[in-house]
Amino acid sequence: MKRSTRIMLSIMLIIIVYIFVFFAEKYMDPFIKRILNTGFIYVILAVSLNLINGFTGQFSLGHAGFMAIGAYTSALLYMSPESKLSNFFMEPLISPLDKIHIPFFWALLIGGLMSALMGFIVGAPSLRVRGDYLAIVTYGFSEIIRSLFNNLQNITNGPLGLKGLPTYTNLWWTVSWAIVTIIVIRRIVDSSYGRALKAIRDDEVAAENLGINLFKHKVLAFVVGAFFAGIAGGLLGSLLMTIDPNSFSILFTYQIITIILLGGLGNITGSVIVAIGFAFLMEALRFVEMPMKIFGITIPGILGMRMLIFSILLMITILFFRQGLFGQREFTWEGFFRLFTKRKVSQ
Amino acid sequence: MDWSLFLQHMVNAISLGFVFGLVAVGYALVYGVVKLVNFAHGDVFMMAAYFMFYTSLIFGAPWLSAVILGIVLTSLLGVGIEKVAYKPLRKYPRINSLVSSIGMSFLLQNFAVVVFGGIQRSFPVPEPMKKTIVLGEVRIQAVSIYTIIFSIIVVLILTFILQKTKTGLAMRILSRDFDTARLMGINVNRTISFTFALGSGLAAVSAVFWALRYPQIFPFMGQYPGSRAFIAAVVGGIGSLKGALIGGFVLGLLTVLIPAMFPEYSGYREAFIFLLLVLVLIFKPNGLFGQEVGEKA
Amino acid sequence: MRKLIIFIALLLSLSITFAANEIMIGVTQPLTGNYAMGGQLGLRGIEMAYEEVPSVLGRPIKLVILDNKSDKIEAANVVTRLIEQFKVSAIIGTYSSALGIPGAEIANKNKVVYIAPSNTNPLVTKDKPFVFRVCFIDPFQGTVMAKFAVQHLKAKTAAVIYDVSNDYSVGLAYYFRDAFVKLTGDPKSVKVYIAYQGGDQDFTSQLTAVKKANPDVIFVPAGIVGDAALIAKQARELGLKQPLLGGDTWDLPQLIEIGGSAVEGAYYSTMFDVKAELSDKTKPFVEKYRKKYNEDPGYLPALAYDAYMVLIDAIKRAGSDNPEMIRRALLTTDFIGVSGRIRFDQNRDAIKDAVIKTIKNGKFEFVTVIKGE
Repeated sequence: MKRSTRIMLSIMLIIIVYIFVFFAEKYMDPFIKRILNTGFIYVILAVSLNLINGFTGQFSLGHAGFMAIGAYTSALLYMSPESKLSNFFMEPLISPLDKIHIPFFWALLIGGLMSALMGFIVGAPSLRVRGDYLAIVTYGFSEIIRSLFNNLQNITNGPLGLKGLPTYTNLWWTVSWAIVTIIVIRRIVDSSYGRALKAIRDDEVAAENLGINLFKHKVLAFVVGAFFAGIAGGLLGSLLMTIDPNSFSILFTYQIITIILLGGLGNITGSVIVAIGFAFLMEALRFVEMPMKIFGITIPGILGMRMLIFSILLMITILFFRQGLFGQREFTWEGFFRLFTKRKVSQ
Repeated sequence: MDWSLFLQHMVNAISLGFVFGLVAVGYALVYGVVKLVNFAHGDVFMMAAYFMFYTSLIFGAPWLSAVILGIVLTSLLGVGIEKVAYKPLRKYPRINSLVSSIGMSFLLQNFAVVVFGGIQRSFPVPEPMKKTIVLGEVRIQAVSIYTIIFSIIVVLILTFILQKTKTGLAMRILSRDFDTARLMGINVNRTISFTFALGSGLAAVSAVFWALRYPQIFPFMGQYPGSRAFIAAVVGGIGSLKGALIGGFVLGLLTVLIPAMFPEYSGYREAFIFLLLVLVLIFKPNGLFGQEVGEKA
Repeated sequence: MRKLIIFIALLLSLSITFAANEIMIGVTQPLTGNYAMGGQLGLRGIEMAYEEVPSVLGRPIKLVILDNKSDKIEAANVVTRLIEQFKVSAIIGTYSSALGIPGAEIANKNKVVYIAPSNTNPLVTKDKPFVFRVCFIDPFQGTVMAKFAVQHLKAKTAAVIYDVSNDYSVGLAYYFRDAFVKLTGDPKSVKVYIAYQGGDQDFTSQLTAVKKANPDVIFVPAGIVGDAALIAKQARELGLKQPLLGGDTWDLPQLIEIGGSAVEGAYYSTMFDVKAELSDKTKPFVEKYRKKYNEDPGYLPALAYDAYMVLIDAIKRAGSDNPEMIRRALLTTDFIGVSGRIRFDQNRDAIKDAVIKTIKNGKFEFVTVIKGE
């Protein structure tokens, strides 16, 4: 297949997706729309973490910290000064943050950039520390961020968090950012950078001997990954309308790790499909916590059951689907058509 | 700062440090042999507290037998977890076991929420343990003294096991290289099971001392001592038993002295402690007292 | 055939006018999920009140009860549905401030009256002219405890130990200090103001600092009851003898179960107590509730009951179910409820009395009522 055909097909797919978004925004049930929004935010998070953990093999547990930075930075920029004033009723917000009010898009972008800067700081030690030690370092960084956000009362409002954020997030935003994330990361992975990243993952020493600049490449993965995590954080804040430091705990990172493990490490298609499925699954699992009526007998809902099922799922994935549900099979147009023609032949 | 105040702070720091240290020894033992950062250690610790709580509550077992039964049950749980969650992943990169231990930690916590309920329960404390010893203006908990004595005994016993017994020798060889150990005719599976039984038993013992000092139990009670012990083990030099105790002591000191010296910055304590963890890992990955091991990938 | 059609049409139009005759009141509570317990208790109060007063202005009241599933987004969706689908004139809000804020915002935007029974976070009503609440706010609770310390315990100095990662705790600590300093007139009267981190079990460092300063009282606005119990225990072990003060999170049996003799003589504020004669309506309410549910009512059913009654009172005085008219009537409310006299201040927060309780011989005991401003 020619490159131009593939691009044409991809553009067509994107147009179809946008037609879907157009109708969804107009007619879809708000509840389903919210789950879809969450799903696309998970897509951004999973694909960006996959760049660090899957393609570069640098195991990071810091994604929730990056999200927190993006969520707070953007919220402080796009919230109206009046809303900020009523939020910071204990200690006033420091100047000039209390007066700034910029459009959502730019606020998101700046949030992403701040997060990317943090990605640089967190990524730098990856040259000295490896494997599970790096995982611990990144975990430490995300805990430091949480502690700082709890204490910096006049910037973050401490544990009170920010409330009443305007809801800008809709499917147009989440779908567009998910597409940008997928395209950017796919381009990186398919370029010479991507080959270098995979070389680092497979054998760091050999990669260095081949003349690959370890520092540059590892940090690149962290910076790009953190940027998109920051964007996702900003989108999530505006979707949930409220953020506080403690909701960006390690638990959130575990959820994203579950998604990329299920989708297959280093598999973008897998991450995308599982991320959306995951959002629906977590909603669907709510029913186990609700009281149920079966044959006239009311069974009281069991609190915590949802998370128990989720953790069992995580264990099953780790133990039995070590390659994820999709292994290394990525979506390609060739593969798509082959699937098509094969089916015709078998008929 | 006057002397009695300083002494009281030091007493607080040392007693807290040794509780951390005792939990950390269990971490260090498992890491030293299997090279697994066992994130679920804190939750095994939590399960131990519940085992003891329920055996003494339901069966009305006398306190000491409840504790011993609790330790045995926890050891079995530890061995079971190893068989289910770590053994199948032994041939894969270490990061897989790490994720598995995170998953296990998560599973145990949620299991506890569903089965035991989320509310705090009171842990039974026998009378002699409730005493406070008063020395002038300084006050020490009887439990703290027991903890310190017991921690030192535990480290001595463990050192004896590792240095003088056949199983200990097997564990030490295993800690170098699995393949060599196998070639030398060591039963790898059995030795690892033994290590986990010992490590989980230690978690149970530390849970006893922890719950005597802080007698409330709840499903997430393992998180805080778990993360502290883990930091203590890393700072002290992960894999080194003596280092774990010293790391616990350093951490106890920080936890107590930051709010004591800088009350207005007491909220930033967590940030300081995690910063210490990060700095140690970056600049002194073998910990303050660990031995040079070379390969750290 | 034609007659039949006319008859049906008549019947239909009748039923429509009949339906239009009803006064629509929305109720949103978390009936499932993490906060289900709080939601169920609140609903009991509303149902009791509805059984007593099922109509107003000679028109029947129709209650529409929707579950917000303890979910922030769902809490917003549910309020939208109450307004758009059921055309309610007023809404009685949910348990939990976090769930209340998004709903209150939407009600206010659509100019529908919203009454929060038990949300204490100041942001719930802030800058929302259509949103009211029948309970006091966190700052007030901090103030009440400062007042109690200064006036009843004759305290001149205090120490505060709070949880830096908990919003409730941070707020209460802040306002206690503020009020205490004002009441004593001494800017240095709060000698120690020290934080711990949620999850901590060892508070000896903070308590040793408190011991050194030797204040008259120690205020512990713990977010979790277990923290309060452990702080009390360790304080006694370190030889601190000052009275401990707390907030409404202390109002749980675990305080005594874990704290044991250490919490003896501690004081805390809460919003309701069966023994507190907050008004002459308290007693009949308690008796009726006991008969119906076989247990003592806590503050949640009492406040939800009052929220409904305050709303009916306003509709009666407004003489209409028009939200704007109800809102204006609410502003001049002066109502005696089961939880005491209720008026609203300029932020539409209730000016109310607080109940102080203590622990004596291992049991909770009612002490006194502190008047609202």
